[in-house]
Amino acid sequence: MDLNYGPEYEAFREEVRAFLAAHGHEAPARATVKDPKTLAWQRRLIEHGYAARSIPAQYGGAGHPYDILKARIVGEEFARAGVNPGLGGQGINMLVPTLLEVGTEEQKRRFIAPTLTGEMVWCQGYSEPGAGSDLAALRTSAVLDGDHWVVNGQKIWTSTAHLADWIFCLVRTEPDAPKHRGISFLLFRMDTPGIEVRPLVDMTMNRNFNEVFFTDVRVPAGQIVGGRGEGWRVANVILKNERDSLADPDQAQARLNAIARIMQEETVDGRRVADDPVFVDRLMRLQGRAMSMQYNALRVLSASLNRDEDALLARLVVKLQGTELRHEIEGLAIDVMGERGLAYGSNPYVQDDGTWQFWHMFYLGLIIGGGTSQIQKNIISERGLGMPREPGVR
Amino acid sequence: MQFGLSSEQKLLQDSIGQFLADRAPLERVRRFAESGEARAADVAAGLADLGVAGLLVPESYGGVGLSTLDACLVAEVLGRHVAPVAFVANSVMVPVALLLAGSDAQRREWLPRIASGAFVVGAALAEWNGARAGAGVVAAEGRLGGRTLHVLDFEADAWLVADASGRLHLVAADAPGLERRRLETVDRTRPVGELVFDRVPAELLPESDAAVCRRVLDAGRAVLAADALGASQAMIDQAVAYAGQREQFGRLIGSFQAVRHLCAEMAANLEPMRAFTWYAGHALDAQPDDAHRVVCHLKAQMGEVGKSIAKTATEVHGGMGFTDLLGLHYWFKRIGFDRQMLGTPERLRVEAARAQGLAPLAT
Repeated sequence: MDLNYGPEYEAFREEVRAFLAAHGHEAPARATVKDPKTLAWQRRLIEHGYAARSIPAQYGGAGHPYDILKARIVGEEFARAGVNPGLGGQGINMLVPTLLEVGTEEQKRRFIAPTLTGEMVWCQGYSEPGAGSDLAALRTSAVLDGDHWVVNGQKIWTSTAHLADWIFCLVRTEPDAPKHRGISFLLFRMDTPGIEVRPLVDMTMNRNFNEVFFTDVRVPAGQIVGGRGEGWRVANVILKNERDSLADPDQAQARLNAIARIMQEETVDGRRVADDPVFVDRLMRLQGRAMSMQYNALRVLSASLNRDEDALLARLVVKLQGTELRHEIEGLAIDVMGERGLAYGSNPYVQDDGTWQFWHMFYLGLIIGGGTSQIQKNIISERGLGMPREPGVR
Repeated sequence: MQFGLSSEQKLLQDSIGQFLADRAPLERVRRFAESGEARAADVAAGLADLGVAGLLVPESYGGVGLSTLDACLVAEVLGRHVAPVAFVANSVMVPVALLLAGSDAQRREWLPRIASGAFVVGAALAEWNGARAGAGVVAAEGRLGGRTLHVLDFEADAWLVADASGRLHLVAADAPGLERRRLETVDRTRPVGELVFDRVPAELLPESDAAVCRRVLDAGRAVLAADALGASQAMIDQAVAYAGQREQFGRLIGSFQAVRHLCAEMAANLEPMRAFTWYAGHALDAQPDDAHRVVCHLKAQMGEVGKSIAKTATEVHGGMGFTDLLGLHYWFKRIGFDRQMLGTPERLRVEAARAQGLAPLAT
């Protein structure tokens, strides 16, 4: 057991800290799509290798060799300094790794660089009204007509569709094939005629979700990733990465620290909540769970460095446990504040800009999104424990 | 950076697990539990040959000189096999106490005996987790008075005893004025008992104090949590195996989501506790300043997770889980013991809160 990163990495950490000390103040408070200040900051991060770190330089990345520890150090130091770590989103987090793995050379050159800089914004067209947990049941169709695909159907839960320039979209191209083998992965512009985007307000009252309708949308035949009928395989290249990214244990710890501070400041009848043993016990219960997930993450990290370590089950439980835990952490803060915990928006008594209510609801969304907790349990029981599948389920 | 077990550590677990599977299967555990024998000498001797008794005893005193993390790994295997042997007091708490607070002469006298496996030292520190039934030990002029309950590794040749100030003493089983009484508990794989002192001569560990006492307790807590980790894993494995054999409604019950999700929840709750246990074992040696907080959280959380797995795995077995036929209850009770001894979750969370600057509560 050796929890030290070693001198090379500590030197790298110092370099990141020096950059943050010198330039952290130039970062916009939050990353905003198409905002010039955000784009300038993103370019600067790529130049220094703090964004798109291991993406090859010929595709617009920083071109450093893949090093999970350095990636982690960058993440830790930006979080510690509270500095905006640059753009995320489905284009950068999902499409870019997919294209690197299975895209053609032409696709890599055309799409990756502008995506990384934030000039080309993407949305993900996966879920449909009739295809949620059972995503492979999707029915949006694409039929080849000459040198174009003609797309018809509907997508739902499409984050950022109203701002996106492009969509990466799962469509059914082989209606007679078994359901997992009839899907293809298409890329097309969101301003193509026949696309209608309708906002779908979520429970936080955000307007980031959308429904997207396709009526005879014509897509050049070459804008397919992988071959016909290979879309399911293409999508699965990165779906598992999405799941893990929803549950950051260091963020959970930061929220617990914030609750401990609120408990010391918040008073009920003049008495600090921190002196109430019931609330202290609730905080400590969540603290214990958060610690288990922190060390679990350390184990998963170590297993990706040391190949003889088996961490399959440790990895499979991350999404389920991490999202449920965050939801409960945010909920504890609301309870600590009593009636005041309801405050939202313009309420003058609102704590921390209403982030506790916001994340409490948002994490319920994440418990559902990216494979519901129930689907996670199916995966854990089948892949982790080797239990039999439900008979008759396809 | 490496946060995983070394090949030596895996080998240690495998060899002990293999020995217990061969020589201490459930029938042997049952015989120990039902016959009332004081010690399972055959099992203890075999484990001593593998270095278990003197695991933490330095090589210069005849032991193998391994780390607290290694002790946790061994405890995990003992819990997995519900092994009926002295360990938490004899092989962990007592050596830790002697190494932290014993004189040279005391180490030379006691450590080689422990490492031999033939001589057992129990531990009486229960009152440091809150005195029950008016128990408590007072020391004066080299003699002990009072009473201590829930003594661990009770069937011993001597005991390590904490007095009210946290000073630690060694008391021989044949000391004059000492009364001993075994206390029956649900877990019959590990004997506990009560000691009553009437001016009993005792040997003080000269450097001992409340801080040492707490470190001894924390080592014991980590090891009990590790024992529960192994016992819980064994219950999940048995539940999954049973669900893969038992048919109802013309199907394996393990193909019903209702059953599969119970198993997935157990695994999802337990798996992160493995890394947590490793970290706590590591922290006890490498990060003593933070180890107390980490260990309190570990044992509290393992207590909650273990309790729910013990219940759920029993339920997956249906009526058979409730019977003595399968013997599943040995694991259920083992997990219960690990939860109750050396600090229950509520108590440990208060200690953890204090360790991180919260809850200035009287205890």
